[in-house]
Amino acid sequence: MTDIGIWGVPLAILGGAIRVSTPFLFVSIGECLTERSGRINLGLEGTLVFGAMSGYAIAFQTGSPWAGVLAAAFAGGVFGLFHGWICKFKGVNDVAIGIALMLLGMGLAFFFGKPYIQPVAPDLPAIPLGWWSTIPQVQAALQVNVLFILGGILAVAMAWMFRSTKIGLTIRVVGDSTDAARAIGLNPNTVRLLSTAAGGALAGVGGAYLSLYYPGSWNEGISSGQGLMAVALVIFARWNPIYCFWAALLFGGAGALGPALQSVGVTSGYYLFFAAPYVLTLALLIFTSSPDKAMDGAPGELSLNK
Amino acid sequence: MTDVTTASPKRPRTRTSAVLAQWLPRLEAVVIPLAALVAGLAVFSVFLLALGKSPVDFYALIYKAGFSSAFSWQNTLSRVSPLLFAGLCVALPARLGLVVIGGEGAIALGGLAAAVAGLAFAWAPSFLGFIAMGAAAMIIGGAWIGAVGWLRIRRGVNETISSLLMAYIAIALMNHLVEGLFRDPASLNKPSTAPLPEHLRIGAMPIGIDVHWGFFFGILACVLAWILTDRTTIGFAARVAGDNIRAAQVQGLPVGPLVLGFTALGGAAAGLAGFFEVAAIHGSANASLVVGYGYTGILVAFLARHNPLAIIPVATLLAGFEASSGLIQRRMDLPDATILVMEGIVFVVILLSETLYGRIAIFKASFWARFGGADT
Repeated sequence: MTDIGIWGVPLAILGGAIRVSTPFLFVSIGECLTERSGRINLGLEGTLVFGAMSGYAIAFQTGSPWAGVLAAAFAGGVFGLFHGWICKFKGVNDVAIGIALMLLGMGLAFFFGKPYIQPVAPDLPAIPLGWWSTIPQVQAALQVNVLFILGGILAVAMAWMFRSTKIGLTIRVVGDSTDAARAIGLNPNTVRLLSTAAGGALAGVGGAYLSLYYPGSWNEGISSGQGLMAVALVIFARWNPIYCFWAALLFGGAGALGPALQSVGVTSGYYLFFAAPYVLTLALLIFTSSPDKAMDGAPGELSLNK
Repeated sequence: MTDVTTASPKRPRTRTSAVLAQWLPRLEAVVIPLAALVAGLAVFSVFLLALGKSPVDFYALIYKAGFSSAFSWQNTLSRVSPLLFAGLCVALPARLGLVVIGGEGAIALGGLAAAVAGLAFAWAPSFLGFIAMGAAAMIIGGAWIGAVGWLRIRRGVNETISSLLMAYIAIALMNHLVEGLFRDPASLNKPSTAPLPEHLRIGAMPIGIDVHWGFFFGILACVLAWILTDRTTIGFAARVAGDNIRAAQVQGLPVGPLVLGFTALGGAAAGLAGFFEVAAIHGSANASLVVGYGYTGILVAFLARHNPLAIIPVATLLAGFEASSGLIQRRMDLPDATILVMEGIVFVVILLSETLYGRIAIFKASFWARFGGADT
């Protein structure tokens, strides 16, 4: 390796940000869609883990990583549909159901994932965007996975959908006022059900990225709260998919801080660096919350803000 | 939830209808969760059948390993203590409508605080040492979850997300300190604090089976919490604030101090869970403190509908489930996550049953009034 000294740290953080941010990106734009329709899904942590397991299992069985991604999206969509269906009942607390589905998703993933801890499934491909450079660190940092690019495109597409399409408008109306939506003849339950299912499918894809690309294997500790942090990330991103993209990069960078410092020989405080994304998330939450008013841009029907 | 004891009869009612009005909601609060538990186990049975496993064998093994003999009860009851405390950590803030799910972090830091206090008080007699350890665990745990309440009232930060993030931070902090500042150089591949001196280890209660004192104190904590929430003005005020925060503020109730107090008490309970794990089980603080008791505590509290007394039987039941996990793995060739799947399914069904409250006719006095004639 070429010795580039201290420059290795920001480069490693940039590379790490791109690698680590993809699950955040998918879960958060999925949750963004769900929350815009006026519902919150805290169960996405379980969906992410189940998506990681099912994606890995199918990729291993079929030999195609893309079949794995599709399977993960399907599994996530089923979880989303289930969450959406349960939350329809009167008196059921969507936050508590989210926690229950988080436990259930992890339980099912660990249950069915036991046989897949050893085998090796094919990885998702990456595009070498650093070909122009002769420095191996730059090339390594710019190995960008296809899903990251896809997620970026999806964020832009979703922002456009919210702003200028009929579907986007429908979701926004339902999210802001159930009564207004009913008055113009929309069925809020159906819109929320579909938005929750789509959000779950995206979270499943985020999980498949974890097991099929980075870190690239299935085990029970594969997610350490990314699904839940993505919920906080959506608040920070003010329910805007494009801000979700930038916020995911920021979180990815925080997650890459520890390994980047380790690579240049700073090894003390490993656990504290590991906690950096959580500290960052909490700090952002504290900074952006307000005690007496609902947050700017928050959908009116969101139970989180009531 | 309307409390029957506070409903003042506006018109004279006969004795039967008054008794009905008092007991029917209580009956409802017992029958619905029990029926939901049975329904959840039935759904899980379908899951087992789909995998070609026998639900009958499964539940028979749980009974055998968890509840059939003195030995299995010993196995079960020795696991109840952390679940009682972790359940309180969720149930107490829930009185105010807060969903706190980060008890795991307070257990980890409480255990570490207890171990450090125990080493600092190694010179002291057992009695004093235990008080120091318990107090350290309660203060650290209380401050940690109390901070969640404080962030809620001062900054409006959602307590569910902040408590969970803080759990990850707490576990990282615990690992960092156990790896560095408080590490016993003798602990090689599993970094731990130095072992507690023998006189600061908590032993078994003198009841014939090997169950440590954490069980007794856990039950005591549940009873005290029940007195606080159901028999005092403070508990009543908390419930009013939980039902309708605006109304509580209009009434001049101190919502802020209530939130702070109940979250801190919940955290103190979780801290005690860590204290008993360290002083009665592990003998030092290390990563074994993080085994998911905080998350099972969420399930315990929701199953008990946040009633501190109901936490006792629910925690015992779940402790029995977990005690049987090993036997089920060996005898039925199922992964250890099977119990987690069962808990997840039961949890979903129980929460779904919330929709039934007030909608089943036989739990309404008006249903029975038809048989009593001109009763009302």
